[in-house]
Amino acid sequence: MIALALHNNTLCYNGNKVVDNVSFSAEEGEFFMILGPNGAGKSSLLKLIAGIEEPQSGQITILDKAKGKYSARDLAKVVALVAQQAPMDFPFSVVETVLMGRSPHLGLLGIEGERDYTLAKEAMYFTEVEQFADRRLDQLSGGERQRVMIARAICQEPKIILLDEPTTALDPAHQLKIMDLMERFRQEKKTTVIMVSHDLNLAALYSDRLLLMKNGRVVVIGTPAEVFVPEYLEKSYECDLLIDENPVGKVPRVMPFPEKFKMR
Amino acid sequence: MLQGKKVANKSGVLPIIPITRKLPLVCSILAVVLILCALLALANGPSSVSLREIFSLVIGSDSTNPTASAILWKIRLPRIVLAAVVGATLSLGGMVFQALLRNPLAEPYILGISGGSAVGSISGILLGFSFFPGITLLSFLGSMVTLAAVLILSGGRSSTRKDSLLLGGVMMNAFCGAFIMFLISISQGAKVQEIVYWLMGDLSIASSSNLSLLLLCFPCFIIILILARPLNIILTGRDAAIAMGVNVRLISTILLITTSLMVSLIVCQSGLIGFVGLLIPHLLRIFLGADHRLLGPSCILGGASFLVICDLIARTLPDNGEMPVGVVTALVGAPVFIFLLWRPR
Repeated sequence: MIALALHNNTLCYNGNKVVDNVSFSAEEGEFFMILGPNGAGKSSLLKLIAGIEEPQSGQITILDKAKGKYSARDLAKVVALVAQQAPMDFPFSVVETVLMGRSPHLGLLGIEGERDYTLAKEAMYFTEVEQFADRRLDQLSGGERQRVMIARAICQEPKIILLDEPTTALDPAHQLKIMDLMERFRQEKKTTVIMVSHDLNLAALYSDRLLLMKNGRVVVIGTPAEVFVPEYLEKSYECDLLIDENPVGKVPRVMPFPEKFKMR
Repeated sequence: MLQGKKVANKSGVLPIIPITRKLPLVCSILAVVLILCALLALANGPSSVSLREIFSLVIGSDSTNPTASAILWKIRLPRIVLAAVVGATLSLGGMVFQALLRNPLAEPYILGISGGSAVGSISGILLGFSFFPGITLLSFLGSMVTLAAVLILSGGRSSTRKDSLLLGGVMMNAFCGAFIMFLISISQGAKVQEIVYWLMGDLSIASSSNLSLLLLCFPCFIIILILARPLNIILTGRDAAIAMGVNVRLISTILLITTSLMVSLIVCQSGLIGFVGLLIPHLLRIFLGADHRLLGPSCILGGASFLVICDLIARTLPDNGEMPVGVVTALVGAPVFIFLLWRPR
């Protein structure tokens, strides 16, 4: 079943097309990653799906229903976003932050019930942040904080979860933890994961399919083996990349080709 | 149910205190504090009324002492009510502005309210109007004009809106400040003192006739308390809030206007009382965290208690007469604030 479909979406900021005629679809439970250089329009694409920006043209279908037919709250019940950076200037605790995920499901006064607390606890155990429950977000490391934001999105009980560069600026251990978490989550809940990333090798290891972007346009959509060919990658990133086979998982592996080694 | 690496059946031990338990607890403690402060303020003043007399007056059994009764009901009680509502409004207003503008230095008067209302009321004083309704009305109009100017000037792009609001408010207040200095420089002795008292905050005008205006603050309190949860979510990031179904623009605008309105309502009756809106929200945030559903009611009760006590000091400390309550809030507030900044974490 197709969970999410975009059809000829275009988004302009001040006359610049940041998303240019993009179409793609993602299956239920699919791990779908969006790659491309800085400024390629990856984050803007997520904003279109999450309802933060409206496309100038094109349609978006979410769970067989046009996005325009969802109210903001109803959309938030099926689509959750883990944004790139959460501001830290207000000292919310981990529990408070995770519970905010229940917001679209609550009434006017927003008072949580028994089930909301149970879901928050489950999400905290799942992302292994339960030991920090009472701590403030600004007292956590980057990786721990990212897991709290993921717990909040999980607590929202979405069918589609959008993540904007969740592993950027994390050490390899935390990167792996986040990726494994999302892999486990989509397997258990059949949730569609749409992730923007700069890490080509993690993308090759985890994603079912990839969308490679450049200047707001789609370069190619396909499995890692189909996308990770020199022609497409070099067209998108405009640099020399070496591609071979990763001994782990027999997926493509990409390495940058530094200038100093080209001399020899 | 999610089956993480750690088994979910442990989830029972995780200590989460629901807001439905935390809120009544914190509120009842602060309410007791407020009642104690009010009783203390009721019992003390230039003419002595003993605690026993107050007690018998409160329960209504004693009607033999009309002087004490008049002092209590006609002079002290209206003043305590005014101080409580003003303190509650200023600290709730400070809380909202610090959150929405993401600026720890934001004061409830920040959107041009202090400048505008001061120009209004000082003009009223110089024109020889009576305090109520003349000066009150001019002061309210003054703050409405500057508020409208700041909101219109910043109405442009939403991404830079909070900065332009802040700058617009600061500039409007600065401009009005210069104008106030001009008005002071052309006015005579007696009026200068009246103006200075107004600028430092003065609760001595309280009487039961103009307290009814303060009732308008309560709908504003309720609106702000209801919007506390969306405000929490907005504070964790604009995009994330929109993706969570929160109408960020609408809620920010409602909060800005409601808060400015209620602050304008009290400023025209109390003058400019500094530090309450800064000290109380910061102090409570240290103990209660950032959840505005808890912080909002606490600011109302805490701010009310604080200003009732400060006003008690202002009217009892000097041997003859009294001093502006703003002097007390600043004298108490600044050292406490400095201590909070210095305190080891």
